[in-house]
Amino acid sequence: MELERFSYDNKIVKAFIIATVTFGLVGMLVGLTAAIQLFYPVFNFDLQYTTFGRIRPLHTNAIIFAFVGNAMFAGVYYSMQRLLKARMFSDGLSWIHFWGWQLIILAAAITLPLGFTTSKEYAELEWPIDIAIALIWVVFGLNMIGTILKRRERHMYVAIWFYIATFVTVAVLHIVNSFEMPVTLFKSYSWYAGVQDALVQWWYGHNAVAFFLTTPFLGMMYYFLPKAANRPVFSYRLSIIHFWSLIFLYIWAGPHHLLYTSLPDWAQSLGVVFSIMLIAPSWGGMLNGLMTLRGAWDRVREEPVLKFMVVAVTAYGMATLEGPLLSLKNVNAIAHFTDWIVAHVHVGGLGWNGFLIFGMLYWMVPRMWSTKLYSIKLANLHFWLGTLGIIFYALPMYVSGVVQSLMWKEFNPEGFLVYKNFLETTVQILPLHMLRAMGGAIYLTGAIIMTYNLIKTAYQGKFIANEETEAAPLSKEYVASSGGWHHRVLEHKPMLFTVLALVAILIGGIIELVPTFLIKSNIPTISSVKPYTPLELHGRDIYIREGCVNCHTQMVRPFRSETERYGEYSKAGEFVYDHPFLWGSKRTGPDLHRMNGKYSNAWHYNHLLAPDAVSTGSIMPPYPWLFEQTIDKDLTRGKIRALRKIGVPYETDYENTANDDLDKQASEITANLKVDGIEVAPDVEIVALIAYLQRLGKDIKVQKMAEK
Amino acid sequence: MYKDILQNIENIAIWPVISFVIFFLFFLCLLWWVFDVDKVFIEKMKSLPLDDDLPTTKKESKNLKKL
Repeated sequence: MELERFSYDNKIVKAFIIATVTFGLVGMLVGLTAAIQLFYPVFNFDLQYTTFGRIRPLHTNAIIFAFVGNAMFAGVYYSMQRLLKARMFSDGLSWIHFWGWQLIILAAAITLPLGFTTSKEYAELEWPIDIAIALIWVVFGLNMIGTILKRRERHMYVAIWFYIATFVTVAVLHIVNSFEMPVTLFKSYSWYAGVQDALVQWWYGHNAVAFFLTTPFLGMMYYFLPKAANRPVFSYRLSIIHFWSLIFLYIWAGPHHLLYTSLPDWAQSLGVVFSIMLIAPSWGGMLNGLMTLRGAWDRVREEPVLKFMVVAVTAYGMATLEGPLLSLKNVNAIAHFTDWIVAHVHVGGLGWNGFLIFGMLYWMVPRMWSTKLYSIKLANLHFWLGTLGIIFYALPMYVSGVVQSLMWKEFNPEGFLVYKNFLETTVQILPLHMLRAMGGAIYLTGAIIMTYNLIKTAYQGKFIANEETEAAPLSKEYVASSGGWHHRVLEHKPMLFTVLALVAILIGGIIELVPTFLIKSNIPTISSVKPYTPLELHGRDIYIREGCVNCHTQMVRPFRSETERYGEYSKAGEFVYDHPFLWGSKRTGPDLHRMNGKYSNAWHYNHLLAPDAVSTGSIMPPYPWLFEQTIDKDLTRGKIRALRKIGVPYETDYENTANDDLDKQASEITANLKVDGIEVAPDVEIVALIAYLQRLGKDIKVQKMAEK
Repeated sequence: MYKDILQNIENIAIWPVISFVIFFLFFLCLLWWVFDVDKVFIEKMKSLPLDDDLPTTKKESKNLKKL
């Protein structure tokens, strides 16, 4: 058959590589800043744009979507063209994809420090950016499917299936979790409330880890690891099982992020069972990767690419064993809300994603520039700095997590909490946080050395923008080789394959989500729970803007150690008007769900102005701007209307009189503050925030009083 | 609104049974596939990433000579 000449587009891969390296450095630097803020609060700079609450989402978004996201696109565009023996479907779509994605990153980098956030983890970006993400993602998908359709290789290699599953699932997750009711251009309320919002969010959050940080990189592992080892994957059969069982099981496991919360028990159990089952495909994949190196381990000593990949795959195995163990309720009771989780995600992030990306970069750059790596020694140095960085990061965090959790739970023989003051448990772990920051700095140093090495490599070579190659076109008629009905049928029918992958991920999602929305008994209502007053609503939006949820939970779990410390455990019915839910996932500070009446208004006033002056040793940053900025009462109307549309029972036309109620409540608070000698205007933001904090847990008290 | 739609689903209680059946059949079919697949095909698929850039490799070796 006659061969067709064509070329691979390396230029787009180069663009994504540059973006990967740049945003990798930026994202890590922001992360290091956030880590330092946790023991030197002065690094919050007393600026609203740089406080931990806004920097932390900037770090997670930069790493996930800018660093790992761009690396994913670089790896997909590089490997897909070669596996399908075709140039990308459309150069135009490739560049729309590239620049669209970078603009989204730019928008995130501007809006997150400004406090425009939905507060839902890894989905913080506001609705206009959400729409942009959906559109650009579709461009990526079209380009990918177009390439598959014009391929010259009949069968789709396993890496391509992982890419298809990534595209389909991320689209579904992003769209379902981003349903929100806009109030202004950069403010919206989640469509879902309370328990349902939490379930959708962690269905999304967990599967963002699965289908953004894992499946595309597994695809790349199946491509780059055999190439670097120069031998085929250990078992192709295992890769088939790995793929289908992974995508089928992963989607169910989200509720393990919500163990012991107000989520219905059956949903929690479902999450646990599927998390445990996930060990099988995850370890199948890890072993498949490592076994690919059988008989080639001597090459690992010499080839930095393989070194990085071996550690990456090992970290994948560690993280995917640890994840299911953490989802066991007894382990979760200790680990949840602590630094243990931070260690866990960074083993995955720094080890699996980071090291696989570094390995890929060291593989692609010399080949695309038609040269050899500038310095193998520097690459080895990077490898050791990176590995040490991971160890110095993870170990202190594990210790810190366990220490703090045990301190939270320790009772004396008289039956009282030993560390009644939460701050004691915070101060205890600060040295470990310093070690963690050191680990992060070492890892970042390695990445800087890599950047230098890659730039030098590029300069000594010559970039091949279009890599000429040739391959036979697909014959029109497909001649099946001998053998029964099997997976081959799917591998040359990409559209059918895509639909089946979609079905596989939808089954788990639907079975998990629908009953929670449907069955009323899953969320027992509490009659005393009322919608927020207008002032409290403004306060809640300030709480969201400042990212308080990054350090404070609003979820008292049903443990004696928690009910003793905070008060009654949280009930599902308390959250029915919470758009979005603010349960949080980490307790850097104490839980706030039972704040009502715990401290005076004056205490909150002084504490938010200078936390360290009120609680000596506190690492909470001060919030001086809350005492100068005023609340925008013009927005009250829109907020009430938006919330009513999504089911909050504000009376008809309440938006017309809402500001009267707001003024009344504000003047009550200012009058109360005056008693303590604090003069404050009724329309400054601190008043609204105090109103909100004092509301937390109030309704359930009202109910108790009524019962008595 | 979504609540109204969902509330019209009848016999929601059968869902766990359905999910188990789907789950079981899914893996049964998967295993059947994998054990049924023929060896030649598997070998071909396995080597796909390795022979995808043969022309490039030749060019590379030329370039290396130039250096």
